[in-house]
Amino acid sequence: MIMWFTVLCLSPAALWGTYVYGWRALGVIAVSVAASVVCEFLIVRFLFGRDRKVENPAGRTELLRPRNAGTLRDGSAALTGLLIGMTMPPAVPLYVPIVAAVFALAVVKWTFGGLGTNWMNPALAARVFVYFSWTPQMTSWTMPKPLLGMPAGGTVDAIAAATPLGLIKTHVVTGMIAADGPMSLLRQAGYPRSAFDGNVTEWLNAHILVHLGANLPGGYVDLFVGNIPGAIGEGSVLLLLLGSVFMFGRRIISWEIPASYFFSFAFFEWIFGGTLYHTGFFSGDVLFSVCTGGFVLALFYMATDPVTSPMSSSGMVVYGTGVGILTFLIRTFGSIPEGVALAIIFMNMFVPLINRVTTPRRYGVRAGGEAA
Amino acid sequence: MLGIRTFRGGGVFPYERKSRTRDKRIWNAAIPGIAVIPFLQHSGTPAVPLVRQGDRVREGMLIGRPAGEDSAAVHSPIPGIVQELVNVVLPNGNSSLAALVALDGEFDRLGKETRSFPWENLTPEELIDAIANRGVVGMGGESVPTRQKYLRARQAGAETLIVNGVESEPYVCADYRLMIEKAAEIVEGIRIAEKALGVKHVFFAISNGRSEAAEAVGTALRSSGSQARLIQLQDRYPQGDEKELVRAITGKEVPSGGSPLDTGTVVSNVATVFAIYEAVVLQKPLIDRVVTVAGGAVRNPGNLKVRLGTPLADLIEECGGFRHTPARIVVGGPMTGLGIFDLSIPVTKGTRAVLALSEAEVGDATETACIQCGRCVRACPMGLEPTILYKYIDHQQYDRAVAAGLADCHECGACAYVCPAHIPLVQGLKVGKRVVDDRIRTREAAK
Repeated sequence: MIMWFTVLCLSPAALWGTYVYGWRALGVIAVSVAASVVCEFLIVRFLFGRDRKVENPAGRTELLRPRNAGTLRDGSAALTGLLIGMTMPPAVPLYVPIVAAVFALAVVKWTFGGLGTNWMNPALAARVFVYFSWTPQMTSWTMPKPLLGMPAGGTVDAIAAATPLGLIKTHVVTGMIAADGPMSLLRQAGYPRSAFDGNVTEWLNAHILVHLGANLPGGYVDLFVGNIPGAIGEGSVLLLLLGSVFMFGRRIISWEIPASYFFSFAFFEWIFGGTLYHTGFFSGDVLFSVCTGGFVLALFYMATDPVTSPMSSSGMVVYGTGVGILTFLIRTFGSIPEGVALAIIFMNMFVPLINRVTTPRRYGVRAGGEAA
Repeated sequence: MLGIRTFRGGGVFPYERKSRTRDKRIWNAAIPGIAVIPFLQHSGTPAVPLVRQGDRVREGMLIGRPAGEDSAAVHSPIPGIVQELVNVVLPNGNSSLAALVALDGEFDRLGKETRSFPWENLTPEELIDAIANRGVVGMGGESVPTRQKYLRARQAGAETLIVNGVESEPYVCADYRLMIEKAAEIVEGIRIAEKALGVKHVFFAISNGRSEAAEAVGTALRSSGSQARLIQLQDRYPQGDEKELVRAITGKEVPSGGSPLDTGTVVSNVATVFAIYEAVVLQKPLIDRVVTVAGGAVRNPGNLKVRLGTPLADLIEECGGFRHTPARIVVGGPMTGLGIFDLSIPVTKGTRAVLALSEAEVGDATETACIQCGRCVRACPMGLEPTILYKYIDHQQYDRAVAAGLADCHECGACAYVCPAHIPLVQGLKVGKRVVDDRIRTREAAK
């Protein structure tokens, strides 16, 4: 029941998307889940025919079904659909998630043999596919409810359609605004901030952070709870973290990939992240980086996909580190603002190789292969 | 957990499920009306039957003579008349000739006073012979004849004896109860084994958290003047397996394809050591053993001292029968035990436990596709990749399976325990090992 449980852990964040973007967001998710499940059903029916009931020697009726064909009930198709839906912009035309779902299941998953045999994360590969096919539709964003009507600077129209990372990418490329970090860049560009963010930040600074000698600038609370434009399910870092607690608790995910992914990404962002703002090395805004661009969604729910990640502990660390470095490289030097999806599917391709070179050390066998 | 030793990688922490049996004193099971005594109760060659239909046998009489180095003596656990010699199928699938003895006549030992034999003056060889004459074999798992194991150890110049009181499998408490109730006897058995083997170091391994047993053994060790050191090990499965035990205690690894002897170590189970005590000090043949009867389907689970040859049905009956129909009956622990379908199978020297598991304990086990999650890889204490071995075997690529270390698998079952897809990994690997063995045998026969 791994897959259904993962669906359950993801659903609070999906519901947050519904709350801030309205019912249409839920509609997008419902369409992608439905498209995935129907597509999986048709493929299984086409490949394996109907389930047949046979009488076994003990006189009981048994369901005759190939091992791979049971994927409707185990929830893997629904999970793929949910992940696709959660990575869609709220206002995306509905044919986009449908094409994504069909691509994910029919091309990425079943051309390689179905559950457990695909070598690339279906939801992410599909997202990348539709991103490059319908880039305008995939990059027009909606203001979440808490930010609507909030005072913004003079360029409201430009801002209304940008994620924080998207906005930053544009400004870094054009060099129009000189800022000393991503958050101050947003503020100078007139990016809106919710009243909630103001209140909570003030309270935190006055009651907790003051004792630690720290001061939190405004804007981070919005990033953390998900009051920023972005894909439907990637915004709420808080609820994604909450779900991950249960994922760890049920041992559906283990520490290796999230930890290595997080630390390698944070490490490079810390060292080099500030260079975009000419503040020198070791001045990157790590908190900003990990709260944006779907990083947390990828960290716990996508990079950890068991099928497309390595098997041994050391392999998982290699893989996680690789995803972290690539995410950093794409975000900082690439033309796409986010980069997590590309980083993960890129590392997916190396998983067979990683598995090969990170086999566990065998008990009683020396490195050369002879008995110890 | 700091300072508590264990093996290196892998392993699992299964639910203990010992609460219904761990505090139950060992009680004597009823003497069976008919005992079924297989002549193969050990690894290796069956004993040669010395009785025929109609013969009268006494309690503890030798009825099967060892057929060689790798064989062991078999004694009649009850007095009576041999009804017939039949073939029985043992839980591991081996079939063996067995004597059916119907209870009749007087007991020579039961209820009689026993005197301690002063063994201190015997030479190591005489001790080993005394042990062998009473049919002692390893009682923890593989049932290697103790004489065979100890003679080899002497030849190899083994310096370390590890007494295995770990019992890391769920449900099973037979060794635990024995350590609490017979600590002094076990310690005397250790001293005998020590002398018979001529070892320099003795370690008594016990799971962390079994404090009652650790205290009992510790007290007995201190008052006996034995040099054995009590070592507490992390309660992680399969800590009780020889290879993990050797790694945890000596820090050495048994080389692939080898035995603990290659590290100068002998491992003996506490039940074996207790049998050595009885064999040498009480001069009593191995005719009974402690068996845990447990599982959710058993009405009144417990730890029973059972005469060998008692049919499992009698044991279940002794424990109040079934509360409800068991989903699975297992001889041995739930991780490594063997499923059986026939309760007329007798208790033999290697029977540690009989479990009647309910539907809820067995759980849903519908097999689904492998999702490459690698949990089996991370659970394998031998550093193998069970899912890959399983696929090699499934595709009949036996040579690749062997190259990937198939022979190193000691079937602990940790991989199958953690598999979210309920793939019968251990069964698959066992089948693969058998096919490989058969092929090697055929190849050698062809030469």
